[in-house]
Amino acid sequence: MSTMSTRLKVGWAVITVLVLLYALFPVASIVATSFKLPSELNTGTFLPSQWTWTNYNEILGPEGSARDLFLPSLRNSIGISLIATGIAVVLATLAAYAIARLDFRGKRLILTTALGVSIFPVISIVTPLFNLWRNIGLYDTWLGLIIPYLSLTLPISIWTLAAFFRQIPWELEQAAQVDGATSWQAFRKAIVPLAAPGVFTTALIAFFIAWNDFVYGISLTSTSRARPVPAALAFFTGASQFEEPTGAISAAAVIVTIPVVILVMLFQRQIVAGLTQGAVKG
Amino acid sequence: MAAITLTDIQKRYPDGFHAVKGVSLDIADGEFVILVGPSGCGKSTLLRMIVGLEDISEGELTIGGERVNERAPRDRHLAMVFQNYALYPHLTVFENIAFPLRLTKGQFTEEQIREKVSFAAKTLELQDHLDRKPANLSGGQRQRVAMGRAIVREAQAFLFDEPLSNLDAKLRGQMRTEIARMQRRLGTTTVYVTHDQTEAMTLGDRVAVLRKGELQQVASPRALYEHPVNLFVAGFIGSPPMNFLPGEVSGDVLRLPIADVPISAALRQRLGDRRLVIVGIRPEHFEDGAVASRQNREGGVTFHADVDVTEWLGSDLFAYIPFETNPQVAGKLEELDRDLDGEGLRTQLVVALASDSRVRDGDDAELWFDAGKILVFDPETGDNLTFDADQARTLDEQNEQDRKASLERAHAREQKQQARTA
Repeated sequence: MSTMSTRLKVGWAVITVLVLLYALFPVASIVATSFKLPSELNTGTFLPSQWTWTNYNEILGPEGSARDLFLPSLRNSIGISLIATGIAVVLATLAAYAIARLDFRGKRLILTTALGVSIFPVISIVTPLFNLWRNIGLYDTWLGLIIPYLSLTLPISIWTLAAFFRQIPWELEQAAQVDGATSWQAFRKAIVPLAAPGVFTTALIAFFIAWNDFVYGISLTSTSRARPVPAALAFFTGASQFEEPTGAISAAAVIVTIPVVILVMLFQRQIVAGLTQGAVKG
Repeated sequence: MAAITLTDIQKRYPDGFHAVKGVSLDIADGEFVILVGPSGCGKSTLLRMIVGLEDISEGELTIGGERVNERAPRDRHLAMVFQNYALYPHLTVFENIAFPLRLTKGQFTEEQIREKVSFAAKTLELQDHLDRKPANLSGGQRQRVAMGRAIVREAQAFLFDEPLSNLDAKLRGQMRTEIARMQRRLGTTTVYVTHDQTEAMTLGDRVAVLRKGELQQVASPRALYEHPVNLFVAGFIGSPPMNFLPGEVSGDVLRLPIADVPISAALRQRLGDRRLVIVGIRPEHFEDGAVASRQNREGGVTFHADVDVTEWLGSDLFAYIPFETNPQVAGKLEELDRDLDGEGLRTQLVVALASDSRVRDGDDAELWFDAGKILVFDPETGDNLTFDADQARTLDEQNEQDRKASLERAHAREQKQQARTA
């Protein structure tokens, strides 16, 4: 039995390492590429022979050729994603609260519609949106991206939050009221601490969806007024027409990954749910 | 601490369901009152109306002499222990207990809060768990934290909503005595909802039996057991439940399916001109015929019966005896069975015999029962024809005296203990 379990352990370790390699190799490759000189891109080695900040200079430095393309798009991406996330979370919280706690007609309809919207293929509505946005003046604006992003983030936010809210023992609110709390105090001291992890997780998911979008980003923008990073990367050019922009793109990709990593690190604790355990007997 | 008075309390839900139909109840200061009944009898609704989580449709509720119908839960100063504890999962045990104190904002200093919480923790033996989260506690510990939260409040009254139903049998017994001890010690008015009649009988100074939103009887446990006011109360209180048999009046005897019982003069008067009645006999009023004659017990009736099944429990021997019921009372008894959450299986007699009885299943046993202890019910209304109001009142008065004496004893013990520690 013990030999078996040791073998099992080794087996699992091997599988874990394989999965990690599979998942992280592209990331490592991009990081390595981002530190290569443009002349080294095609040498076929994994690590750069000489580590250099040239590519980062290209996109961030005062003299960089891609700077005017990258920095405004970074600003657009952060702004649009944050606003879309904020609106989605507020709306989804209210909707999910109603769905989880109240009985009203059309509850199922709302949930099914939300599900229907979320499985609708993005690519099929991009062209009509493009025409509509140009006619009403939303083309190439922040709002023109925020609205379609909401259609992506709202359904999944409503679903995850509604599922989360259903687990909250609402009896706690009553217990708090009996303990001497006002309705508002009961909500703030008993329910909000329990709901917060769910809201954080949902906000994070919504943010990533908006942050990663490419199709809307490239179709509904034309200038640096509203173009987000994923779309902007497609417009990178090399220092000369004989140079590939791969190095600069890699550097930009590394930069845009950083906020995602930071967010996950910051909210790791909140994301870990299971906080509601033990409130009531399961 | 305060008296609670319910006057003709009604509860109608918006969908028209009439859950509580005019309940009036006086709960004295420091009294332990149990609301008991089968599921759906409105006992929890009544409790939630007292605490303020449900609106009162009609009637008046006063706490400490003041009308509180319109007050929010927080202004009624009651403490409640919920069925599933309702602990705050993000707070430690200490903070859970301190929660009601912290809500009073500025009324207590940090020092006072710590003092009160540690007193409550000591009372409930929770000192070692104050830094833990509810998720890491056992069921019994969570239950005690919920009680701790009630204690620190120094509330007008404690309300319990089936607090022990989530615990296993052994723990339930322990917590039951714990609740009784705490109530005596603190002398706080307590209303306790349960469907478990063991809890009702052991804990309550007085027990209120509810059925379909109507109060059936409010009495001390003993009065309830010995002098139930009707068929429902008789069937609900007692485990195993009382046996109900059809009884035909035939000359000088009451003819039961198992035996004939002579009708005494007193009983004759109460029977009036009824031809058919329902007779209730508690299982423990039966005895093995051999044992009864050995003990020379009198005033009984001896009969023979085929024993179907026996269960030996150490302290008792239960024997089950099937019998044919009278179709004229079968409907009434079936309805009663449904009211009591029964399964309506077969009509059988349960008799509790001495544990050294040699009666076994399949025997044609000689059995005996105490004819003086039988109860007779009207088959139409279910009223107890043998109900003795004077006796019941005497039992209640005795019980009230016992309660006051035990409160005083608990008080004296407390003071002695304080004097010793001081």
